[in-house]
This record gives sequence, structure tokens and C-alpha cells, in this order.
Amino acid sequence: MNRPEREAAVRRIMEGTPPQVPPELYADVVRRGGRMLRRRRTARRLMWLLLCAAVVAFTVWALMVHPWVEPPSETTPPLTGW
Amino acid sequence: MVRERQVSQGARRAREFDAFVAGAAGRLLHAATLLTAEAPDDNPRARRLLTLSLAHTYACWDRLRGEDPYDRARQYLASRFARGAWHQYGGLGRARPHPDSPLGALAPQERLIVVLRLYEGVAEEQAAALLGLPTERVRTICERATARLLHPPRSAAPKVAGAKVAPS
Repeated sequence: MNRPEREAAVRRIMEGTPPQVPPELYADVVRRGGRMLRRRRTARRLMWLLLCAAVVAFTVWALMVHPWVEPPSETTPPLTGW
Repeated sequence: MVRERQVSQGARRAREFDAFVAGAAGRLLHAATLLTAEAPDDNPRARRLLTLSLAHTYACWDRLRGEDPYDRARQYLASRFARGAWHQYGGLGRARPHPDSPLGALAPQERLIVVLRLYEGVAEEQAAALLGLPTERVRTICERATARLLHPPRSAAPKVAGAKVAPS
């Protein structure tokens, strides 16, 4: 018995009696799949919200603190009386 | 108008998915029942696997972009079974193969490879990539499982009897 024959024999063994598909399957699948979709959508929205909040918080902080302005020196005394 | 378009898109999507399930569920359920080695009329684990993989396909239906949904569902089914078989390998007796199952004599991984390669006709390279195994290993396992199915070893019968006695 060569390889294709053996494979065909195994295929015949496996064909057997096909199981009945339960009638409630479709409703169950759509319910579960819909729940997964809704959960994903909520997670995505939450992430965007968090990102927006972070951007706003950073902007407000930057406008208040002006981190790009060089701070006045604290070690050298001011040069006066020239 | 946007809402209307969304509704019609949803209806079309539901129709397409309904047609897909009607066409694919029988074959996928048969494959799942072969994988879990349950009887055709009592297959709760296979049904659960099928429901999960079809729900996964439903959830990524809009992002398939021309990919075959059947392929996607089968892939998810196989990887889910591989993960489950790893966790409950031989555990608690509920994973024990049913005597009516044609693949009951094989280990879970052998069943997975035989079903993918011979029942579903997935190419060796694809099956190997899906399971994260080298191609030669897939070929070896498939040939060994085929030989075991066609010429069952004689020592199998007493071993099964012993396993049945043990839990009582």
C-alpha cells in the first residue's frame, strides 16, 4: 500500500457519519461575536479617550510651565553695577 | 444617511455571514468532532470549539479583506484546539476519546495533524506554520498516525480496558 492509497483509506475512515449541526448555533455565534465586537469597540474608544486626555493634559502643563524657556541661573549672582 | 448606510451594511453582513455559517458549519463541526474524538451525537467540546471559532470569524468579518473566512475559522479552530489539548492533556478523564470516534486511538496532536492534512487537505508547509513545527516533523507524525490508524497495534485493547477500570 503506497502513500496516496493509505491517505485515501484514512480519509474514508474519517468521513464516517457527520454530526448534526445544532439549530441554535447561529444565534449563539452571533451573540458571542457581537459581544466580542462591542467589547473591542469599547476598548478602542477608551484608548482614544485616554490618548486625548493625555494630549490635553500635556498641552495645558506645557503652556503653564513653559519648559522650553531657560530657567534663570541660580548659582551666578546677577551682574550689576558696571 | 450615515445611519441608513450602516443599517444596510449590517444587513448585508448578516446575510453573508448567515450564508457562510450555513455552508461551513457542518464540515467544521465534523472536523472539530474528529479532533476532540467525541461521538457524532454527543459532542459538547466540538460544539464549543465550533461556536468560538465562528464567533471569532464573525468579529473579524469586516477586516477579512478578501481572505477566505473558512480558512480563518479553521485556523482559529486548530490553534484553539492545540492550546486546549496542551492544557488538559490527559486531565480529569473528560478529554478521554470516545470508543466510537475514528481517531480515538491517536494523541491530540496526531489527531490535529491528521485532520488538517488529510480531512481538510491543508498543505504540509501551511500546517507546519500553523502549529509552529518543522515540516519534516509534521510529515513524520502524519505518517506514523496513518500507519497506526490502518494497522492498530494489538496491545491497544488491554491498555484501554485497564484505563477504564482505573477510575472506579
